[in-house]
Amino acid sequence: MSVAPFFNPTRQTRVLPGFHLALGYTLVYLSLIVLIPLAAVFITSATLSWSEFWAVVSSPRVVATYKLSFGASLLAGAINTVFGLMLAWALVRYSFPGKKLIDALVDLPFALPTAVAGIALTALYAGNGWIGSLLEPLGIKVAFTPLGVLVALVFIGVPFVVRTVQPILEDLETELEEAAASLGANRWQTFTRVLLPVLLPALLTGFALAFARAVGEYGSVIFIAGNIPMISEITPLIIITKLEQYDYVGATAVAVVMLVFSFIMLLAINLLQAWSAKRTGRDR
Amino acid sequence: MAVAGVLHARVDARRYQTNAATRESPWVKRLILGLALAFFALFLLMPLIAVFAEAFRKGWFTYVTALSDPDALAAVRLTLLIAAIAVPLNLVFGVAAAWAIAKFEFRGKRFLTTLIDLPFSVSPVIAGLIFVLLFGAQGWFGEWLFEHDVKIVFAVPGLVLATIFVTFPFVARELIPLMEAQGREEEEAAVVLGANGFQLFWRVTLPNIKWGLLYGVILCNARAMGEFGAVSVVSGHIRGQTNTLPLHVEILYNEYNFSAAFAVASLLALLAMVTLGLKSFIEWKANRNAPTVGAI
Repeated sequence: MSVAPFFNPTRQTRVLPGFHLALGYTLVYLSLIVLIPLAAVFITSATLSWSEFWAVVSSPRVVATYKLSFGASLLAGAINTVFGLMLAWALVRYSFPGKKLIDALVDLPFALPTAVAGIALTALYAGNGWIGSLLEPLGIKVAFTPLGVLVALVFIGVPFVVRTVQPILEDLETELEEAAASLGANRWQTFTRVLLPVLLPALLTGFALAFARAVGEYGSVIFIAGNIPMISEITPLIIITKLEQYDYVGATAVAVVMLVFSFIMLLAINLLQAWSAKRTGRDR
Repeated sequence: MAVAGVLHARVDARRYQTNAATRESPWVKRLILGLALAFFALFLLMPLIAVFAEAFRKGWFTYVTALSDPDALAAVRLTLLIAAIAVPLNLVFGVAAAWAIAKFEFRGKRFLTTLIDLPFSVSPVIAGLIFVLLFGAQGWFGEWLFEHDVKIVFAVPGLVLATIFVTFPFVARELIPLMEAQGREEEEAAVVLGANGFQLFWRVTLPNIKWGLLYGVILCNARAMGEFGAVSVVSGHIRGQTNTLPLHVEILYNEYNFSAAFAVASLLALLAMVTLGLKSFIEWKANRNAPTVGAI
Protein backbone atom coordinates (compact mmCIF):
# COMPACT_ATOMS: atom_id res chain seq x y z
CA MET A 1 0.00 0.00 0.00
CA SER A 2 2.64 2.53 1.03
CA VAL A 3 4.65 3.91 -1.86
CA ALA A 4 8.30 4.82 -1.45
CA PRO A 5 8.64 8.39 -0.14
CA PHE A 6 10.17 9.85 -3.31
CA PHE A 7 6.94 9.13 -5.17
CA ASN A 8 4.23 11.72 -4.92
CA PRO A 9 1.77 9.82 -2.68
CA THR A 10 -1.29 11.41 -4.27
CA ARG A 11 -0.29 10.26 -7.75
CA GLN A 12 -0.02 6.53 -7.71
CA THR A 13 1.44 4.53 -10.57
CA ARG A 14 -0.75 1.63 -11.61
CA VAL A 15 1.31 -1.52 -11.78
CA LEU A 16 -1.61 -3.92 -12.07
CA PRO A 17 -3.36 -4.40 -15.39
CA GLY A 18 -7.03 -4.16 -16.27
CA PHE A 19 -8.15 -1.05 -14.42
CA HIS A 20 -9.89 0.62 -17.35
CA LEU A 21 -11.43 -2.61 -18.61
CA ALA A 22 -12.75 -3.59 -15.16
CA LEU A 23 -14.06 -0.14 -14.27
CA GLY A 24 -15.55 0.41 -17.71
CA TYR A 25 -17.35 -2.93 -17.63
CA THR A 26 -18.60 -2.23 -14.08
CA LEU A 27 -20.02 1.16 -15.06
CA VAL A 28 -21.68 -0.09 -18.25
CA TYR A 29 -23.26 -3.13 -16.57
CA LEU A 30 -24.36 -1.06 -13.56
CA SER A 31 -25.95 1.54 -15.85
CA LEU A 32 -27.75 -0.99 -18.04
CA ILE A 33 -29.12 -3.19 -15.27
CA VAL A 34 -29.65 -0.78 -12.38
CA LEU A 35 -29.30 2.94 -13.07
CA ILE A 36 -31.16 3.39 -16.37
CA PRO A 37 -34.08 1.12 -15.39
CA LEU A 38 -34.42 2.91 -12.03
CA ALA A 39 -34.32 6.28 -13.81
CA ALA A 40 -37.31 5.05 -15.83
CA VAL A 41 -39.41 5.19 -12.66
CA PHE A 42 -38.61 8.85 -12.06
CA ILE A 43 -38.97 9.86 -15.71
CA THR A 44 -42.30 8.04 -16.11
CA SER A 45 -43.67 9.63 -12.95
CA ALA A 46 -42.64 13.05 -14.32
CA THR A 47 -45.43 12.76 -16.89
CA LEU A 48 -47.77 13.51 -13.97
CA SER A 49 -48.21 17.08 -12.75
CA TRP A 50 -47.38 17.66 -9.10
CA SER A 51 -51.06 17.81 -8.10
CA GLU A 52 -51.84 14.60 -10.00
CA PHE A 53 -48.85 12.90 -8.39
CA TRP A 54 -49.96 14.09 -4.97
CA ALA A 55 -53.51 12.89 -5.57
CA VAL A 56 -52.22 9.36 -6.31
CA VAL A 57 -49.75 9.06 -3.45
CA SER A 58 -52.07 10.63 -0.84
CA SER A 59 -55.29 8.81 -1.72
CA PRO A 60 -56.84 7.23 1.40
CA ARG A 61 -56.27 3.64 0.23
CA VAL A 62 -52.57 4.32 -0.49
CA VAL A 63 -52.07 6.20 2.78
CA ALA A 64 -53.59 3.24 4.64
CA THR A 65 -50.90 1.01 3.09
CA TYR A 66 -48.11 3.37 4.25
CA LYS A 67 -49.45 3.24 7.79
CA LEU A 68 -49.49 -0.55 7.77
CA SER A 69 -46.18 -1.05 5.92
CA PHE A 70 -44.19 1.49 7.94
CA GLY A 71 -45.92 0.78 11.27
CA ALA A 72 -45.57 -3.00 11.05
CA SER A 73 -41.97 -2.68 9.77
CA LEU A 74 -40.98 -0.40 12.66
CA LEU A 75 -42.54 -2.79 15.16
CA ALA A 76 -40.96 -5.83 13.48
CA GLY A 77 -37.58 -4.07 13.51
CA ALA A 78 -37.97 -3.33 17.23
CA ILE A 79 -38.91 -6.94 18.03
CA ASN A 80 -35.94 -8.16 15.98
CA THR A 81 -33.61 -5.77 17.80
CA VAL A 82 -34.55 -7.11 21.24
CA PHE A 83 -34.63 -10.81 20.36
CA GLY A 84 -31.81 -10.51 17.84
CA LEU A 85 -29.55 -9.17 20.58
CA MET A 86 -30.53 -12.06 22.87
CA LEU A 87 -29.92 -14.60 20.12
CA ALA A 88 -26.55 -13.06 19.21
CA TRP A 89 -25.62 -12.97 22.90
CA ALA A 90 -26.56 -16.62 23.38
CA LEU A 91 -24.64 -17.67 20.25
CA VAL A 92 -21.46 -15.85 21.29
CA ARG A 93 -21.42 -16.32 25.05
CA TYR A 94 -23.18 -19.57 25.92
CA SER A 95 -22.55 -23.19 25.00
CA PHE A 96 -25.63 -25.30 24.37
CA PRO A 97 -26.49 -28.34 22.29
CA GLY A 98 -27.32 -27.66 18.64
CA LYS A 99 -25.59 -24.29 18.69
CA LYS A 100 -23.86 -24.73 15.31
CA LEU A 101 -27.13 -25.75 13.68
CA ILE A 102 -28.98 -22.79 15.17
CA ASP A 103 -26.20 -20.44 14.11
CA ALA A 104 -26.50 -21.68 10.52
CA LEU A 105 -30.33 -21.56 10.54
CA VAL A 106 -30.35 -17.89 11.59
CA ASP A 107 -29.75 -17.10 7.90
CA LEU A 108 -32.81 -19.13 6.85
CA PRO A 109 -34.83 -16.01 5.91
CA PHE A 110 -32.07 -15.07 3.44
CA ALA A 111 -32.04 -18.53 1.86
CA LEU A 112 -35.70 -19.58 1.99
CA PRO A 113 -37.72 -18.17 -0.92
CA THR A 114 -40.18 -15.61 0.38
CA ALA A 115 -43.20 -17.36 -1.17
CA VAL A 116 -42.31 -20.53 0.75
CA ALA A 117 -41.98 -18.58 3.99
CA GLY A 118 -45.30 -16.92 3.25
CA ILE A 119 -47.32 -20.11 2.82
CA ALA A 120 -45.54 -21.83 5.74
CA LEU A 121 -46.35 -18.95 8.12
CA THR A 122 -49.94 -18.88 6.86
CA ALA A 123 -50.29 -22.61 7.51
CA LEU A 124 -48.91 -22.16 11.05
CA TYR A 125 -51.03 -19.17 12.01
CA ALA A 126 -54.31 -19.99 10.24
CA GLY A 127 -57.23 -20.91 12.54
CA ASN A 128 -56.52 -24.64 12.08
CA GLY A 129 -52.70 -24.30 12.15
CA TRP A 130 -50.32 -25.41 14.92
CA ILE A 131 -50.00 -21.94 16.42
CA GLY A 132 -53.24 -20.41 15.14
CA SER A 133 -55.36 -23.10 16.82
CA LEU A 134 -53.72 -22.23 20.17
CA LEU A 135 -54.34 -18.50 19.73
CA GLU A 136 -57.89 -18.74 18.38
CA PRO A 137 -59.51 -19.68 21.75
CA LEU A 138 -57.83 -16.58 23.22
CA GLY A 139 -59.55 -14.44 20.61
CA ILE A 140 -56.30 -13.66 18.77
CA LYS A 141 -56.46 -13.92 15.00
CA VAL A 142 -53.10 -13.66 13.22
CA ALA A 143 -53.53 -14.92 9.66
CA PHE A 144 -55.38 -12.54 7.32
CA THR A 145 -55.05 -9.59 9.74
CA PRO A 146 -52.42 -6.83 10.19
CA LEU A 147 -50.91 -9.03 12.92
CA GLY A 148 -50.10 -11.58 10.21
CA VAL A 149 -48.16 -8.89 8.33
CA LEU A 150 -46.14 -8.27 11.51
CA VAL A 151 -45.35 -11.99 11.92
CA ALA A 152 -44.06 -12.24 8.33
CA LEU A 153 -41.94 -9.11 8.73
CA VAL A 154 -40.41 -10.38 11.98
CA PHE A 155 -39.48 -13.61 10.18
CA ILE A 156 -37.66 -11.93 7.29
CA GLY A 157 -35.85 -9.50 9.63
CA VAL A 158 -34.32 -12.06 12.03
CA PRO A 159 -30.82 -12.34 10.51
CA PHE A 160 -30.15 -8.61 10.19
CA VAL A 161 -29.73 -7.72 13.87
CA VAL A 162 -28.10 -11.05 14.80
CA ARG A 163 -25.51 -10.79 12.02
CA THR A 164 -24.61 -7.15 12.69
CA VAL A 165 -24.32 -7.55 16.47
CA GLN A 166 -22.66 -11.00 16.57
CA PRO A 167 -19.23 -10.00 15.11
CA ILE A 168 -19.06 -6.92 17.37
CA LEU A 169 -19.81 -9.08 20.44
CA GLU A 170 -17.14 -11.58 19.38
CA ASP A 171 -14.50 -8.88 18.98
CA LEU A 172 -15.31 -7.25 22.31
CA GLU A 173 -12.37 -7.46 24.72
CA THR A 174 -13.25 -9.05 28.05
CA GLU A 175 -11.02 -6.43 29.70
CA LEU A 176 -13.84 -3.89 29.42
CA GLU A 177 -16.13 -5.98 31.57
CA GLU A 178 -13.33 -6.99 33.91
CA ALA A 179 -12.53 -3.32 34.52
CA ALA A 180 -16.20 -2.55 35.15
CA ALA A 181 -16.52 -5.49 37.55
CA SER A 182 -13.35 -4.59 39.45
CA LEU A 183 -14.67 -1.03 39.87
CA GLY A 184 -17.72 -2.49 41.59
CA ALA A 185 -20.32 -2.46 38.81
CA ASN A 186 -22.88 -5.23 38.92
CA ARG A 187 -23.72 -7.19 35.76
CA TRP A 188 -26.71 -5.02 34.84
CA GLN A 189 -24.70 -1.79 35.24
CA THR A 190 -21.89 -3.24 33.15
CA PHE A 191 -24.40 -4.12 30.46
CA THR A 192 -26.24 -0.80 30.33
CA ARG A 193 -23.26 1.52 30.89
CA VAL A 194 -20.37 -0.34 29.23
CA LEU A 195 -21.63 -2.89 26.72
CA LEU A 196 -24.77 -1.22 25.39
CA PRO A 197 -22.98 1.99 24.30
CA VAL A 198 -20.49 -0.12 22.33
CA LEU A 199 -23.25 -2.26 20.79
CA LEU A 200 -25.66 0.59 20.12
CA PRO A 201 -24.47 1.56 16.60
CA ALA A 202 -24.57 -2.10 15.49
CA LEU A 203 -28.02 -2.56 17.03
CA LEU A 204 -29.29 0.53 15.23
CA THR A 205 -27.70 -0.61 11.96
CA GLY A 206 -29.37 -4.02 12.29
CA PHE A 207 -32.67 -2.34 13.10
CA ALA A 208 -32.38 -0.04 10.09
CA LEU A 209 -31.51 -2.95 7.77
CA ALA A 210 -34.45 -5.03 9.04
CA PHE A 211 -36.80 -2.03 8.81
CA ALA A 212 -35.73 -1.10 5.26
CA ARG A 213 -36.08 -4.69 4.08
CA ALA A 214 -39.50 -5.07 5.75
CA VAL A 215 -41.00 -1.99 4.09
CA GLY A 216 -40.27 -3.38 0.62
CA GLU A 217 -41.09 -7.01 1.41
CA TYR A 218 -43.76 -8.66 -0.73
CA GLY A 219 -43.59 -12.46 -1.08
CA SER A 220 -43.76 -13.55 2.54
CA VAL A 221 -46.45 -11.01 3.43
CA ILE A 222 -49.15 -11.36 0.77
CA PHE A 223 -50.14 -14.92 1.68
CA ILE A 224 -50.66 -14.27 5.38
CA ALA A 225 -51.98 -10.69 5.11
CA GLY A 226 -55.36 -11.40 3.53
CA ASN A 227 -54.85 -8.18 1.53
CA ILE A 228 -58.07 -6.43 2.58
CA PRO A 229 -58.04 -2.83 1.25
CA MET A 230 -57.67 -0.21 4.02
CA ILE A 231 -56.94 -2.96 6.61
CA SER A 232 -54.22 -5.43 5.65
CA GLU A 233 -52.90 -4.17 2.32
CA ILE A 234 -49.16 -3.33 2.10
CA THR A 235 -47.56 -0.67 -0.13
CA PRO A 236 -45.75 -3.06 -2.53
CA LEU A 237 -49.09 -4.79 -3.14
CA ILE A 238 -50.78 -1.52 -4.13
CA ILE A 239 -48.13 -1.16 -6.87
CA ILE A 240 -49.03 -4.62 -8.17
CA THR A 241 -52.76 -3.85 -7.95
CA LYS A 242 -52.33 -0.67 -9.98
CA LEU A 243 -50.22 -2.51 -12.56
CA GLU A 244 -52.90 -5.18 -12.94
CA GLN A 245 -55.40 -2.39 -13.68
CA TYR A 246 -52.97 -1.04 -16.34
CA ASP A 247 -52.51 2.11 -14.22
CA TYR A 248 -48.77 2.24 -14.96
CA VAL A 249 -48.38 5.89 -14.01
CA GLY A 250 -50.19 5.40 -10.69
CA ALA A 251 -48.01 2.40 -9.88
CA THR A 252 -44.93 4.44 -10.75
CA ALA A 253 -45.98 7.33 -8.49
CA VAL A 254 -46.22 5.01 -5.46
CA ALA A 255 -42.90 3.43 -6.52
CA VAL A 256 -41.26 6.87 -6.42
CA VAL A 257 -42.38 7.33 -2.82
CA MET A 258 -40.91 3.93 -1.90
CA LEU A 259 -37.66 4.58 -3.81
CA VAL A 260 -37.10 7.95 -2.12
CA PHE A 261 -37.62 6.21 1.21
CA SER A 262 -35.11 3.48 0.19
CA PHE A 263 -32.48 6.08 -0.73
CA ILE A 264 -32.92 7.83 2.62
CA MET A 265 -32.57 4.49 4.45
CA LEU A 266 -29.47 3.61 2.39
CA LEU A 267 -27.87 6.90 3.40
CA ALA A 268 -28.87 6.42 7.05
CA ILE A 269 -27.45 2.88 7.08
CA ASN A 270 -24.15 4.04 5.57
CA LEU A 271 -23.85 6.73 8.25
CA LEU A 272 -24.73 4.21 10.99
CA GLN A 273 -22.12 1.75 9.72
CA ALA A 274 -19.48 4.49 9.66
CA TRP A 275 -20.43 5.39 13.24
CA SER A 276 -20.33 1.74 14.26
CA ALA A 277 -16.87 1.30 12.74
CA LYS A 278 -15.62 4.38 14.59
CA ARG A 279 -17.20 3.36 17.91
CA THR A 280 -15.79 -0.15 17.90
CA GLY A 281 -12.50 0.66 16.18
CA ARG A 282 -13.22 -1.83 13.40
CA ASP A 283 -11.54 -0.51 10.33
CA ARG A 284 -14.08 -0.93 7.54
CA MET B 1 -26.09 -3.12 2.80
CA ALA B 2 -27.26 -6.61 3.68
CA VAL B 3 -25.15 -8.52 6.11
CA ALA B 4 -25.70 -12.02 4.77
CA GLY B 5 -22.18 -12.68 3.70
CA VAL B 6 -19.52 -11.79 6.17
CA LEU B 7 -16.97 -14.51 6.69
CA HIS B 8 -16.19 -14.49 10.36
CA ALA B 9 -14.35 -16.68 12.82
CA ARG B 10 -16.38 -17.94 15.76
CA VAL B 11 -14.89 -17.78 19.24
CA ASP B 12 -15.22 -20.35 21.97
CA ALA B 13 -18.02 -19.48 24.40
CA ARG B 14 -16.33 -21.19 27.34
CA ARG B 15 -13.92 -18.33 27.92
CA TYR B 16 -16.86 -16.11 28.90
CA GLN B 17 -18.35 -18.67 31.28
CA THR B 18 -15.13 -19.29 33.22
CA ASN B 19 -14.59 -15.57 33.79
CA ALA B 20 -16.52 -14.08 36.73
CA ALA B 21 -16.57 -10.66 35.08
CA THR B 22 -18.22 -11.84 31.86
CA ARG B 23 -20.86 -14.29 33.03
CA GLU B 24 -24.38 -13.73 34.25
CA SER B 25 -26.04 -15.32 37.26
CA PRO B 26 -27.47 -18.74 36.34
CA TRP B 27 -31.10 -17.63 36.25
CA VAL B 28 -30.35 -14.61 34.05
CA LYS B 29 -28.46 -16.89 31.70
CA ARG B 30 -31.37 -19.34 31.63
CA LEU B 31 -33.81 -16.51 30.92
CA ILE B 32 -31.78 -15.08 28.00
CA LEU B 33 -31.12 -18.51 26.55
CA GLY B 34 -34.76 -19.53 26.98
CA LEU B 35 -36.13 -16.41 25.29
CA ALA B 36 -33.58 -16.57 22.46
CA LEU B 37 -34.29 -20.23 21.76
CA ALA B 38 -38.07 -19.75 22.00
CA PHE B 39 -37.83 -16.90 19.48
CA PHE B 40 -35.69 -19.09 17.22
CA ALA B 41 -38.11 -22.01 17.44
CA LEU B 42 -41.20 -19.89 16.88
CA PHE B 43 -39.99 -17.81 13.94
CA LEU B 44 -37.39 -19.97 12.18
CA LEU B 45 -37.67 -23.63 13.09
CA MET B 46 -41.45 -24.05 13.03
CA PRO B 47 -42.00 -22.51 9.57
CA LEU B 48 -39.29 -24.79 8.18
CA ILE B 49 -40.83 -27.89 9.76
CA ALA B 50 -44.30 -26.78 8.65
CA VAL B 51 -43.23 -26.83 4.98
CA PHE B 52 -42.29 -30.52 5.13
CA ALA B 53 -45.18 -31.51 7.39
CA GLU B 54 -47.72 -29.95 5.02
CA ALA B 55 -45.96 -31.40 1.96
CA PHE B 56 -46.28 -34.97 3.27
CA ARG B 57 -49.69 -34.55 4.92
CA LYS B 58 -51.41 -36.58 2.20
CA GLY B 59 -48.60 -39.09 1.85
CA TRP B 60 -45.82 -39.92 -0.56
CA PHE B 61 -48.05 -40.60 -3.52
CA THR B 62 -49.55 -37.08 -3.59
CA TYR B 63 -46.08 -35.67 -3.04
CA VAL B 64 -44.51 -37.48 -5.98
CA THR B 65 -47.53 -36.78 -8.19
CA ALA B 66 -47.26 -33.05 -7.48
CA LEU B 67 -43.56 -33.01 -8.35
CA SER B 68 -43.89 -35.08 -11.52
CA ASP B 69 -46.65 -32.87 -12.92
CA PRO B 70 -45.54 -31.46 -16.33
CA ASP B 71 -46.15 -27.87 -15.18
CA ALA B 72 -43.98 -28.44 -12.10
CA LEU B 73 -41.20 -29.92 -14.22
CA ALA B 74 -41.44 -26.98 -16.64
CA ALA B 75 -41.11 -24.65 -13.63
CA VAL B 76 -38.00 -26.52 -12.45
CA ARG B 77 -36.43 -26.23 -15.91
CA LEU B 78 -37.24 -22.52 -16.17
CA THR B 79 -35.86 -21.79 -12.69
CA LEU B 80 -32.62 -23.63 -13.51
CA LEU B 81 -32.35 -21.79 -16.86
CA ILE B 82 -32.81 -18.36 -15.26
CA ALA B 83 -30.21 -19.08 -12.57
CA ALA B 84 -27.82 -20.47 -15.21
CA ILE B 85 -27.93 -17.12 -17.04
CA ALA B 86 -28.19 -14.65 -14.15
CA VAL B 87 -25.57 -16.11 -11.80
CA PRO B 88 -22.62 -16.25 -14.29
CA LEU B 89 -23.37 -12.71 -15.51
CA ASN B 90 -23.36 -11.35 -11.96
CA LEU B 91 -20.27 -13.43 -11.20
CA VAL B 92 -18.29 -11.80 -14.02
CA PHE B 93 -19.57 -8.39 -12.99
CA GLY B 94 -18.69 -9.04 -9.34
CA VAL B 95 -15.09 -9.96 -10.17
CA ALA B 96 -14.66 -6.94 -12.48
CA ALA B 97 -16.18 -4.52 -9.98
CA ALA B 98 -14.13 -5.91 -7.08
CA TRP B 99 -10.92 -5.78 -9.15
CA ALA B 100 -11.48 -2.10 -10.02
CA ILE B 101 -12.62 -1.06 -6.54
CA ALA B 102 -10.30 -3.12 -4.34
CA LYS B 103 -7.05 -2.92 -6.29
CA PHE B 104 -7.07 0.71 -7.52
CA GLU B 105 -7.62 4.19 -6.12
CA PHE B 106 -9.98 6.53 -7.94
CA ARG B 107 -12.42 9.29 -7.14
CA GLY B 108 -16.01 8.32 -6.37
CA LYS B 109 -15.06 4.83 -5.21
CA ARG B 110 -17.27 4.88 -2.09
CA PHE B 111 -20.17 6.21 -4.13
CA LEU B 112 -19.76 3.45 -6.70
CA THR B 113 -19.76 0.84 -3.92
CA THR B 114 -23.02 2.30 -2.59
CA LEU B 115 -24.58 2.23 -6.07
CA ILE B 116 -23.68 -1.46 -6.42
CA ASP B 117 -25.61 -2.16 -3.20
CA LEU B 118 -28.64 -0.26 -4.46
CA PRO B 119 -30.68 -3.28 -5.67
CA PHE B 120 -30.69 -4.65 -2.10
CA SER B 121 -32.57 -1.62 -0.85
CA VAL B 122 -35.14 -1.56 -3.64
CA SER B 123 -38.41 -3.45 -3.11
CA PRO B 124 -38.59 -6.55 -5.35
CA VAL B 125 -41.89 -5.29 -6.72
CA ILE B 126 -40.13 -2.15 -8.00
CA ALA B 127 -37.39 -4.35 -9.49
CA GLY B 128 -40.09 -5.93 -11.63
CA LEU B 129 -41.88 -2.66 -12.32
CA ILE B 130 -38.84 -0.96 -13.87
CA PHE B 131 -38.60 -3.59 -16.62
CA VAL B 132 -42.33 -3.31 -17.32
CA LEU B 133 -41.86 0.45 -17.69
CA LEU B 134 -39.04 -0.11 -20.17
CA PHE B 135 -40.19 -3.11 -22.16
CA GLY B 136 -43.94 -3.50 -21.45
CA ALA B 137 -46.65 -2.79 -24.06
CA GLN B 138 -46.96 0.82 -22.80
CA GLY B 139 -43.24 1.07 -22.03
CA TRP B 140 -40.46 3.12 -23.62
CA PHE B 141 -39.40 0.40 -26.03
CA GLY B 142 -42.81 -1.34 -26.11
CA GLU B 143 -43.82 -0.24 -29.60
CA TRP B 144 -40.43 -0.99 -31.15
CA LEU B 145 -40.35 -4.45 -29.54
CA PHE B 146 -43.89 -5.17 -30.75
CA GLU B 147 -43.03 -4.18 -34.34
CA HIS B 148 -39.98 -6.42 -34.29
CA ASP B 149 -41.86 -9.24 -32.59
CA VAL B 150 -39.55 -9.40 -29.58
CA LYS B 151 -41.11 -10.34 -26.26
CA ILE B 152 -39.31 -9.37 -23.07
CA VAL B 153 -41.99 -8.74 -20.46
CA PHE B 154 -44.30 -11.74 -19.82
CA ALA B 155 -41.55 -13.87 -21.38
CA VAL B 156 -38.28 -15.46 -20.29
CA PRO B 157 -35.98 -12.43 -21.01
CA GLY B 158 -37.97 -10.30 -18.55
CA LEU B 159 -37.67 -12.97 -15.87
CA VAL B 160 -33.92 -13.12 -16.45
CA LEU B 161 -33.54 -9.31 -16.30
CA ALA B 162 -35.55 -9.01 -13.08
CA THR B 163 -33.52 -11.84 -11.53
CA ILE B 164 -30.21 -10.23 -12.56
CA PHE B 165 -31.38 -6.99 -10.93
CA VAL B 166 -32.29 -8.49 -7.55
CA THR B 167 -29.14 -10.66 -7.37
CA PHE B 168 -26.86 -7.93 -8.77
CA PRO B 169 -24.75 -7.12 -5.65
CA PHE B 170 -24.21 -10.61 -4.17
CA VAL B 171 -20.81 -11.56 -5.64
CA ALA B 172 -19.43 -8.00 -5.75
CA ARG B 173 -20.21 -7.21 -2.11
CA GLU B 174 -18.57 -10.46 -0.99
CA LEU B 175 -15.39 -9.87 -2.99
CA ILE B 176 -14.82 -6.14 -2.43
CA PRO B 177 -14.00 -6.28 1.33
CA LEU B 178 -12.10 -9.57 0.88
CA MET B 179 -9.88 -8.22 -1.90
CA GLU B 180 -9.42 -4.89 -0.12
CA ALA B 181 -8.18 -6.74 2.96
CA GLN B 182 -5.73 -8.78 0.89
CA GLY B 183 -4.11 -5.68 -0.63
CA ARG B 184 -2.20 -5.76 -3.89
CA GLU B 185 1.34 -6.81 -2.90
CA GLU B 186 0.98 -10.38 -4.21
CA GLU B 187 -0.37 -9.25 -7.58
CA GLU B 188 2.29 -6.56 -7.88
CA ALA B 189 5.01 -9.11 -7.16
CA ALA B 190 3.59 -11.36 -9.88
CA VAL B 191 3.64 -8.48 -12.39
CA VAL B 192 7.25 -7.65 -11.48
CA LEU B 193 8.11 -11.32 -12.03
CA GLY B 194 6.64 -11.09 -15.52
CA ALA B 195 3.15 -12.54 -15.22
CA ASN B 196 0.63 -11.42 -17.82
CA GLY B 197 -2.92 -10.45 -16.90
CA PHE B 198 -4.32 -13.91 -17.51
CA GLN B 199 -1.65 -15.69 -15.41
CA LEU B 200 -2.03 -13.06 -12.72
CA PHE B 201 -5.73 -13.70 -12.36
CA TRP B 202 -5.66 -17.52 -12.55
CA ARG B 203 -2.55 -18.15 -10.46
CA VAL B 204 -2.58 -15.35 -7.88
CA THR B 205 -5.94 -13.64 -7.50
CA LEU B 206 -8.35 -16.54 -8.02
CA PRO B 207 -6.73 -18.89 -5.47
CA ASN B 208 -6.91 -16.08 -2.91
CA ILE B 209 -10.57 -15.25 -3.47
CA LYS B 210 -12.01 -18.67 -4.29
CA TRP B 211 -13.91 -19.16 -1.02
CA GLY B 212 -15.32 -15.65 -1.00
CA LEU B 213 -16.29 -16.09 -4.65
CA LEU B 214 -18.03 -19.39 -3.98
CA TYR B 215 -19.82 -17.87 -0.99
CA GLY B 216 -21.17 -15.04 -3.14
CA VAL B 217 -22.19 -17.41 -5.92
CA ILE B 218 -24.11 -19.67 -3.55
CA LEU B 219 -26.06 -16.78 -2.02
CA CYS B 220 -26.65 -15.31 -5.48
CA ASN B 221 -27.94 -18.65 -6.74
CA ALA B 222 -30.30 -19.14 -3.78
CA ARG B 223 -31.87 -15.75 -4.36
CA ALA B 224 -32.00 -16.25 -8.15
CA MET B 225 -33.90 -19.52 -7.78
CA GLY B 226 -36.15 -18.28 -4.99
CA GLU B 227 -37.03 -14.76 -6.12
CA PHE B 228 -40.75 -14.14 -6.08
CA GLY B 229 -41.82 -10.47 -6.05
CA ALA B 230 -39.76 -9.20 -8.98
CA VAL B 231 -40.44 -12.15 -11.28
CA SER B 232 -44.11 -12.12 -10.30
CA VAL B 233 -44.46 -8.63 -11.84
CA VAL B 234 -42.81 -9.52 -15.18
CA SER B 235 -43.99 -13.12 -15.50
CA GLY B 236 -47.58 -12.92 -16.69
CA HIS B 237 -48.06 -16.32 -14.99
CA ILE B 238 -48.37 -18.47 -18.10
CA ARG B 239 -48.37 -22.08 -16.91
CA GLY B 240 -45.63 -24.20 -18.38
CA GLN B 241 -44.00 -21.15 -20.00
CA THR B 242 -43.23 -18.27 -17.65
CA ASN B 243 -43.80 -19.93 -14.31
CA THR B 244 -40.77 -20.30 -12.09
CA LEU B 245 -40.87 -22.62 -9.05
CA PRO B 246 -41.88 -19.90 -6.54
CA LEU B 247 -44.60 -18.68 -8.91
CA HIS B 248 -45.81 -22.25 -9.36
CA VAL B 249 -46.11 -22.53 -5.59
CA GLU B 250 -48.31 -19.42 -5.58
CA ILE B 251 -50.58 -20.70 -8.35
CA LEU B 252 -51.11 -24.08 -6.68
CA TYR B 253 -51.73 -22.38 -3.33
CA ASN B 254 -54.28 -19.96 -4.79
CA GLU B 255 -56.08 -22.93 -6.36
CA TYR B 256 -56.38 -24.41 -2.83
CA ASN B 257 -54.16 -27.28 -3.95
CA PHE B 258 -52.22 -26.99 -0.67
CA SER B 259 -50.47 -30.38 -0.65
CA ALA B 260 -49.06 -29.80 -4.13
CA ALA B 261 -48.08 -26.22 -3.26
CA PHE B 262 -46.15 -27.42 -0.20
CA ALA B 263 -44.61 -30.31 -2.14
CA VAL B 264 -43.10 -27.85 -4.63
CA ALA B 265 -42.24 -25.50 -1.75
CA SER B 266 -40.37 -28.33 -0.03
CA LEU B 267 -38.02 -28.52 -3.04
CA LEU B 268 -37.20 -24.84 -2.51
CA ALA B 269 -36.83 -25.36 1.25
CA LEU B 270 -34.39 -28.17 0.50
CA LEU B 271 -32.44 -25.80 -1.74
CA ALA B 272 -32.35 -23.29 1.14
CA MET B 273 -30.98 -25.91 3.53
CA VAL B 274 -28.32 -27.02 1.04
CA THR B 275 -27.39 -23.35 0.62
CA LEU B 276 -27.03 -22.85 4.38
CA GLY B 277 -25.03 -26.08 4.67
CA LEU B 278 -22.60 -25.03 1.95
CA LYS B 279 -22.38 -21.56 3.47
CA SER B 280 -21.37 -22.99 6.86
CA PHE B 281 -18.89 -25.31 5.15
CA ILE B 282 -17.26 -22.40 3.30
CA GLU B 283 -17.08 -20.32 6.50
CA TRP B 284 -15.38 -23.22 8.26
CA LYS B 285 -13.02 -23.83 5.34
CA ALA B 286 -12.12 -20.15 4.87
CA ASN B 287 -11.44 -19.67 8.58
CA ARG B 288 -9.37 -22.83 8.82
CA ASN B 289 -7.23 -21.87 5.83
CA ALA B 290 -6.70 -18.28 6.82
CA PRO B 291 -7.65 -17.59 10.43
CA THR B 292 -6.11 -14.12 10.22
CA VAL B 293 -8.63 -12.91 7.64
CA GLY B 294 -11.47 -14.14 9.82
CA ALA B 295 -12.70 -10.69 10.72
CA ILE B 296 -13.09 -9.25 7.26
